[in-house]
Amino acid sequence: MGAGAALGWWGVPLAVFAGAVRVSTPFLFVSLGEVVTEKSGRINLGLEGTLVMGAMAGYAVSYLSGSAWLGVLAAGLVGAALGALHAGICSLPRVNDIAVGIALMLFGTGLAFYLGKPFIAPKAPQLPSLPLGAWSSLPQIRAALSVNALFFVGLAAAPLLAWVFANTGLGLMIRMVGDSADGARAMGYNLNRVRLGATAFGGFMAGVGGSFLSLYYPGSWNEGLSSGQGITAVALVIFARWNPITCLWASLLFGGAGALGPALQSVGITSGYYLFNAAPYILTLLIMVATCTPERTLAGAPGELSITK
Amino acid sequence: MTPASSAPGLEVIAMGKRFGPLSALAEISLKIAPGSVHALLGENGAGKSTLVKCIIGFYHADEGAVLLDGREIAVRNPREAQARGIGMVYQHFTLVPSMTVLENLVMGGSRSLGRIDWPAQRAALEGFLATMPFRVPLDRPVASLAAGEKQKAEILKQLWLRTRFLILDEPTSVLTPQEADEMLRLLRAMVAERRLTVLIITHKFREVFAFADEVSVLRRGRLAGSGRTADLDADALARMMVGDAEQRPASERVAKVAAEPLLRLDRVCATDDRGRPALRDLSLDVRPGEIVGIAGVSGNGQATLVEVLAGQRRHGGTIAVHRQPYHATRAEMLRHRLALLPEEPLRNACVGRMSVAENIAFRSFDRRPICGGVRVRYSVLRREAEGLIARYRVRGAGPDAPIASLSGGNVQRAVLARELSGETDVLIVANPVFGLDFSAVADIHAQILAARNRGTAVLLISEDLDELLELADRILVMSGGRIVHEAAREEADRMVIGRHMAGHA
Repeated sequence: MGAGAALGWWGVPLAVFAGAVRVSTPFLFVSLGEVVTEKSGRINLGLEGTLVMGAMAGYAVSYLSGSAWLGVLAAGLVGAALGALHAGICSLPRVNDIAVGIALMLFGTGLAFYLGKPFIAPKAPQLPSLPLGAWSSLPQIRAALSVNALFFVGLAAAPLLAWVFANTGLGLMIRMVGDSADGARAMGYNLNRVRLGATAFGGFMAGVGGSFLSLYYPGSWNEGLSSGQGITAVALVIFARWNPITCLWASLLFGGAGALGPALQSVGITSGYYLFNAAPYILTLLIMVATCTPERTLAGAPGELSITK
Repeated sequence: MTPASSAPGLEVIAMGKRFGPLSALAEISLKIAPGSVHALLGENGAGKSTLVKCIIGFYHADEGAVLLDGREIAVRNPREAQARGIGMVYQHFTLVPSMTVLENLVMGGSRSLGRIDWPAQRAALEGFLATMPFRVPLDRPVASLAAGEKQKAEILKQLWLRTRFLILDEPTSVLTPQEADEMLRLLRAMVAERRLTVLIITHKFREVFAFADEVSVLRRGRLAGSGRTADLDADALARMMVGDAEQRPASERVAKVAAEPLLRLDRVCATDDRGRPALRDLSLDVRPGEIVGIAGVSGNGQATLVEVLAGQRRHGGTIAVHRQPYHATRAEMLRHRLALLPEEPLRNACVGRMSVAENIAFRSFDRRPICGGVRVRYSVLRREAEGLIARYRVRGAGPDAPIASLSGGNVQRAVLARELSGETDVLIVANPVFGLDFSAVADIHAQILAARNRGTAVLLISEDLDELLELADRILVMSGGRIVHEAAREEADRMVIGRHMAGHA
């Protein structure tokens, strides 16, 4: 890459930064949605399927309607429907949310591949980005600072969710249902209804995260679009200890790690490209090993979550 | 105060409730006078909890009616009961552990989903608390409160929700004697001011006589009797509770022989699930032929101590049995003939879906005669289990039924049969009679005493002080992960022990 010459090695941190912003967006949306779901006491592992379904639906609607934003909305609604399906099945007696999640993950991806076949070839309108680097003459800086609008939505959503959890009846109700089913029941809350809402919201966010993949970066629809972002984001929620603000930092960290391979390639280091691409997964493992211990339970974990109970 | 908000009276008329083929309640009628404390007494399984849950709308009675201040009411769920001023403090706390007291109280009072005006809510609550006889810290998460404080917070929540008819389900089981007396005195005072009518479920006669105006006794889902506490004595109540069933006489206590300690813990440390220290330099000895009782309010490290002894948790310091280091391996347990009955045995010491016979064989299936080389001889396993089931009077659907299908008392007996069947040198038991009925309690206590008389070193960890005072030769009090007090059987004093349990010596 010729442009790499102008910045030399500075291109690497710049590319990692740009990558962190760009790659983190789907992580951010999926994990913020999953925080809400898990705070209500359910875990939805099906978000990988929701993400792929969202990517497909977003791309298809964008192509058919000509509006990328309509695509994002459609992706969110499809995601919410899948979330509601998860919540609906889980509200039946003796149903395990993990098993249902895995089934929905396979169902979502399978359905997306089946319905998405006709949309692999055509080119759909893409989401616009904000040219925050217009002041610079260097193309790399301009490229790095060209940030998608959805990123800012996610950036605002994280503190907003934290505020909702701490300061509104809605947030306290979700925490109550997720932390003490008995307590919530004694207060007359309908657990299944609250969890339905929380899981549908989680699905909506995952769907929007998926539309980012097909409508901005990488910016096309194909079957290899997701590289496990949906499932990684679920792990990320645990790593972030169910805190929306920490989810934001964690998403940026994973995004940055994911951009390491392409960034090094841009300055000419091509050996070990695939190894560097594996950086997010290695990072996941390392973080989990470093922060988890069988000696104690996870701090901040909602009490009704099936994985911590 | 408006008349409607002052203490109401409540009447239950001919209430009946069935769960499938089982009749849980039949033809129960009681009358609770306005502005009184009414005690509901009965063995476990007698239907006390079912009755109050029918009143509060948690269950729906099949027959009968509930009258509030003389008018029939239909309560479909606890929320509707709350709207009528009927509230309940459950045995298992229903405050949300990760939320602060303030958040819990606010959530109890409001159904709004919008923004919460914290300064206004806090001011309203402070004003309310100022009129209350006791306080709790508002900004601490409930999980960090002691059991007594949680109980107070639960009661405050009920009063904040304008409860006028308060139901308490065994409210003192997690409190020290002092805390229990204080709390009941405070409620008594509020009843005297006619701010409340109280229905209290308990199995402690002491509390019935000290605090209740009237008492009703349930037995096997029926009303066995009721009356004013002033007209009754403990014998009369006990007869109502257990009927005329014969009691096994308590075992004789054989004088113990002083000897070397059999089980010795030296400066044992361990952390709990959250990584906080739960045992701090805990040292104790148990000699053969003695029962050492460990008293303490739950959550002061007792559960961790049992986990350490069972090999479920890593620890610092040393544990020795027969003067040899002990690491809770299966081989060591076998060699030292150590037996262990943890609390909630169905969860902690059984595999629920395996049969009673298999569960009973957990200590012996890999040895002769049950194990013949590689193969488990099921005929032998079954025969041995049948013998133990008969000897320990485990009642249920026979040796082949899954152990989870047994009642709590019978699971406890089955595990005790397994643990005590061979010769034991060391026996560790935690809350062995929690939630059991009278006859099971007498049975299990007799087994533990018999083991002691045979020369077993017994470590008995219990939250029930009466049980310890009855069985133990020495009582140690555990508080904050340490042993803070020791008393021999002869000089053990309930009030002194209570003070140490509470952490102020």
